[in-house]
Amino acid sequence: MAEKPRTLFEKIWDDHVVASDPGAPAILAIDLHLVHEVTSPQAFTGLRERGLKVRKPGQTVATADHSIPTLDPSLPIADELAARQLRQIEENCREFGVPFHGKGSPTRGIVHVIGPELGLTQPGMTIVCGDSHTATHGAFGALAFGIGTSEIEMVLATQTLLQRKPKTFQVRIDGRLGPGVGAKDIILALIARIGIGGGTGHVIEYTGDAIRALSMEERMTVCNMTIEGGARAGLIAPDETTFAYLRGRKFAPQGATWDEAVARWRTLPTDEGATYDRTITIDGDALEPMVTYGTNPGMGIGVTGRIPSAADVDPADREELERALAYMGLEAGKSIAGQKLDVVFIGSCTNGRIEDMRAAASVLKGHHVAPGLRVLVVPGSQQVKKQAEREGLDSVFRAAGAEWRESGCSMCIAMNGDQLEPGQYGISTSNRNFQGRQGKGGRTFLASPLTAAASAVTGVITDPRTLLGVAPKSAAVSRPTTVEAH
Amino acid sequence: MPEPFVKTTSRVISIPRANIDTDQICPARFLKITDKNGLADALFFDWRFTPDGQKRQPPSFIDEPVNAGRQILLVGDNFGAGSSREHAPWALRAWGVRAIVSTSFADIFGGNALKNALLPIVVSAERHAALQALAAANRDGEWTIDLEAQKVTLPDGDSFAIEIDPFARTMILAGTDEIGYVRSRLPAIEAWEAVHPARVDTLT
Repeated sequence: MAEKPRTLFEKIWDDHVVASDPGAPAILAIDLHLVHEVTSPQAFTGLRERGLKVRKPGQTVATADHSIPTLDPSLPIADELAARQLRQIEENCREFGVPFHGKGSPTRGIVHVIGPELGLTQPGMTIVCGDSHTATHGAFGALAFGIGTSEIEMVLATQTLLQRKPKTFQVRIDGRLGPGVGAKDIILALIARIGIGGGTGHVIEYTGDAIRALSMEERMTVCNMTIEGGARAGLIAPDETTFAYLRGRKFAPQGATWDEAVARWRTLPTDEGATYDRTITIDGDALEPMVTYGTNPGMGIGVTGRIPSAADVDPADREELERALAYMGLEAGKSIAGQKLDVVFIGSCTNGRIEDMRAAASVLKGHHVAPGLRVLVVPGSQQVKKQAEREGLDSVFRAAGAEWRESGCSMCIAMNGDQLEPGQYGISTSNRNFQGRQGKGGRTFLASPLTAAASAVTGVITDPRTLLGVAPKSAAVSRPTTVEAH
Repeated sequence: MPEPFVKTTSRVISIPRANIDTDQICPARFLKITDKNGLADALFFDWRFTPDGQKRQPPSFIDEPVNAGRQILLVGDNFGAGSSREHAPWALRAWGVRAIVSTSFADIFGGNALKNALLPIVVSAERHAALQALAAANRDGEWTIDLEAQKVTLPDGDSFAIEIDPFARTMILAGTDEIGYVRSRLPAIEAWEAVHPARVDTLT
């Protein structure tokens, strides 16, 4: 008898269930555990208190990214708390035998950038990290999701997690993106459609022609922000693009093992006839560059659009909209393009990879940033930094008047001294525009690297297509068309 | 490891806002600690203080004097959206919160809350509206949240059933956590690993 058709998620899930006791969540085996300095110290302390070891140090890898300064690494760290946290991860890794890519290491970087670039992230794996943007690794067809510190301790102690099985949600992006429109615009448009709680309880699988056409870097951008739509994990089935990216990377399978791995990975895509608990479809042809206007990532519009007014939203959402616009100091009904900026931030686990650096440089080349504007370009890893410098991108940024930094999370989470000042407006390629996220009282517009770079040139929110010399495909469409089906 | 928790009776703090994210619950600059101490002061910090450190007037929800010591929050949809930081439930517990009532919780936050014996209680939109009206009309009424009986009792004696993940409930009632249970299943884990070799070796 033929097996029941299964989705990509179901195959990975089934493959990793170790035990499923009555009344208890499944015990799920974890293939790779990524660790960073901010959410792990209490978990290591817990292990010590229980007298336990890290059960599988060879399936664990650590780095320092959140609180690490992006200035000259030879300088001492001014923030004593951050310095202590950075010493702590180093000591914890040494004591428990966990490989650590720390300060000074050429492979240090944002945890979600280094996993893929080292070839640690592979199709069919379960990957966890004490960071919600672990969803990034789903771009390889891995089940990857963020966990809390208690769960970090669980994974360190057992290399497993207790999990209830989530539901499945297919997001299909049809068609072809227009010039100047990219992965960031896809995900911002999706979140604007479903809301920041829209994916709760689900794992998303992204399908459709517009997804297939994306590079691995772009797929990572889409999967990265899945959590901003409320779903813990977002997956894309592995294909030739995935294999080509992985081949030859340090921890990727080599030689005959490579061929076996690829053969196994080819069995992962969702079977013909498999069903999802929920499906929506977005027309990729109709997308335009997106930008957020409010205080959560779901408050996004097309860059040619107008800031919504109370009449545009559901009555239940009016108060939240008004509170958001009051915080942002924005006027309902006004065009978002042309909004004045103080800071531009290009980087983060969402858009800090080499293609993002190239995209930003392609716009900034031959231009100078607007007077009075601070532009911070922060590569996602030391390897991204080195590659960008090899290509001369750093010179493009510096010549344009932007700052070129060491890698780290930087102004995405504003823990390391890189931050917006109260009241400042920043356009950012990162993932969250929550109140105070990028610095107390700071006001964030989320956008793609192209849009952020175009805005750096003008000093106001700018449609990148105007600088790239491409005509918008359709200026009027700011909302994706969607079809709900089961 | 948490203490056993069975039930609590308390007045309620109503925060009628949806999508309260973890950057509001515990701003990121408070995540530089390496223990779990001092987080009560970080709770909802930027709602309570201006960027230059002045206490806001009128005081924000938890700073209203009548709300001191209250253990139950009534909040809008999708509480705990955003990051995976367990500092959010740590801060809530450190301040004294034991239960949060909403129509929905963000997945990671909800799981983190249960691991800290902080109860995320999900009610229907209809019941939520009624509870908000009740909390507004009777600010000093006491509610009882009974985990053992899986029941909330309101000031007028009315009660309704609640559902908490049965496994998490067992852990919280016993004041234990899950690591002991999973370690008791190590033979099954080892058996799985024997037929599923590690996909990577980060030590090479």
